[in-house]
Amino acid sequence: MTGQTRTITYRDAVCAGLRDALQRDERVFLMGEDVGRYGGCFAASKGLLDEFGPERVRDTPLSESTFTGAGIGAALGGLRPIVEIMTVNFSLLALDQIMNNAATYLHMSGGLFNVPLVIRMATGGGKQLAAQHSHSLEGWYAHIPGIKVLCTATLEDARGMLWTALQDPDPVLIFEPSILYAMEGELAEGAGAVDIARAKVHRSGNDLTLITYGSCLYKCLDAAEQLSATGIEAEVIDLRSLRPLDEESFLTSVARTHRALIVDEGWRSGSLSAEISARIMEKAFYELDAPVERICSVEVPMPYAKHMEEAALPQVATIVETARRMCGGG
Amino acid sequence: MSDFKAKPGLPLIDREESLYFLRQMLRIRRFEEKSAELYSATKIRGFLHLYIGEEAVGVGVATALDPADAMVATYREHGHAMVRGMGMDAIMAEMYGKVTGCCRGRGGSMHLFDAEHRLYGGNAIVGGGLPVAVGLALADRMQGRKLVTCCCFGEGAMAEGEFHESMNLAALWNLPVLFVCENNYYAMGTALNRSESVVDLTQKAAAYGVDAMAVDGMDVIAVVAAARKAVAQIRATAAPFFLECRTYRFRPHSMFDPELYRSKQEVEGWKQRCPIQSLIRRLQEQGWLDEEALARLEEEITGEISAAVDFAERSEWEPVSELSRFVYSDPEVQ
Repeated sequence: MTGQTRTITYRDAVCAGLRDALQRDERVFLMGEDVGRYGGCFAASKGLLDEFGPERVRDTPLSESTFTGAGIGAALGGLRPIVEIMTVNFSLLALDQIMNNAATYLHMSGGLFNVPLVIRMATGGGKQLAAQHSHSLEGWYAHIPGIKVLCTATLEDARGMLWTALQDPDPVLIFEPSILYAMEGELAEGAGAVDIARAKVHRSGNDLTLITYGSCLYKCLDAAEQLSATGIEAEVIDLRSLRPLDEESFLTSVARTHRALIVDEGWRSGSLSAEISARIMEKAFYELDAPVERICSVEVPMPYAKHMEEAALPQVATIVETARRMCGGG
Repeated sequence: MSDFKAKPGLPLIDREESLYFLRQMLRIRRFEEKSAELYSATKIRGFLHLYIGEEAVGVGVATALDPADAMVATYREHGHAMVRGMGMDAIMAEMYGKVTGCCRGRGGSMHLFDAEHRLYGGNAIVGGGLPVAVGLALADRMQGRKLVTCCCFGEGAMAEGEFHESMNLAALWNLPVLFVCENNYYAMGTALNRSESVVDLTQKAAAYGVDAMAVDGMDVIAVVAAARKAVAQIRATAAPFFLECRTYRFRPHSMFDPELYRSKQEVEGWKQRCPIQSLIRRLQEQGWLDEEALARLEEEITGEISAAVDFAERSEWEPVSELSRFVYSDPEVQ
């Protein structure tokens, strides 16, 4: 890294993205529970209230459905709202607005009304927050036509995808894995907008493709290192966009590696991992040397106890073991 | 009018305006009667919710707004769309499912949208339009536009959480929303006193510090007067206002409703208070409307409706190749 980079946390990167947006476009404002005085429940908007004032950094009552719907209305009215919902678990209270209004208005109105709204929320487990604060439901949202669904795993994406999402004429949901807020890394001072339509290959390899997103990216990268030590070179793809899916990215990779393992913190049944698996079967079946496999969270409500939560979530050891078996290494 | 003496207890009315109200209410009534007929003839499908009996509310409220104001309505919104300025052609074609409909036939009866007249649906999830209205008002406020967003909903919506959240947020942030509760006493088939612990609905608004008023929703003059007062206050203060219009739907909830939950007697009783007949009587008493003028008006409206039906009949269907268009703004995204 050069001298132009800085060591910051994922949280700082999110905050920098918010600051960039608020500075660049006066139509942008942030609203949600505790985004202002409290500084954001994950401290991602700390300082922004002082910098931009209460009109543009708006603390809302605990009314997920209404402040999300108000974001839709404000977007229709010419603003570029960023709605923060604390975590995906609470977003279920706003599902009516996201699904029935944000996702449908453009198509249902025959193209009259698009909704340029960005909704951010935290997702995922790993912090012993039990069954009402730990689930990964972004795959549900990826089911819905009319919205775009992103999951930002890196500092660069956490800072840069927000701005790109704000330029989008349609609703974009950005998921931030809560386990990553404290992650430190290097980010260029002037890091800018990031493409939201493409997956990213984080590691190249010819033996196996690990398809993942969010915090599981790091588990896959760890696993790939361990596999490399035993002579298996895994390609690691961070999907970044869960809807639309950058199908080309994983199909191209599978055509070269002939093996695909999907690592998804969501549950297995009716999931995003199932969708990816189906697409590989539909479009790359004859490229495969082994069945597509999946590592997902165990299908239980997330338990609190550390050992139980770890057992429920995808882990590096399981990824390594499965990948080795798939490559004939037992 | 110099020759007009107001009756005690009734607001002063203006001849030209009253005739306009009559025309609008009759347009809605006859248009919907025709729609019901076309539904039976299977030209219109899906759900069809008629506003017949409630016309005074939509006409009264929409009249009180400026053209630049916004409206968010429910799935019983043909009347609102018409009074806001949408032509019968676009509405009828929409209900036929034709590409010339206001939404290219994608929404149907329940989802009329109009960018030019700022009609944001046609929302068919009860209560779902309220937060959107709050947001539209927020956008106006933040961008310095002195506009009002009018949000219509039935009394059934007041049992939804979104009603309470929206009242709270609009009051807390001082947003220029005119909340219009079209209280027709039945949430589909559930009577008001079977769904609300407190049936005086204005109290619910008052609980959020929102000024509230109830008005006879069968009297268009009273609704206009109340709505104008409300809109003037909103423009002056930017604060929300809650207007309850007590009205009644003469027809079933939708075309599928056997009406097991209310008596014929009750319906007949309300029909005696028909907003159109009442206005006609008042206009005739004033000597402002004779039989000939009324017949002419009916004839004009029949002509307008028949032209709309012809338009819908003649119109094309949207090509199936367009099915995925407008899922996203960018046609490349799927």
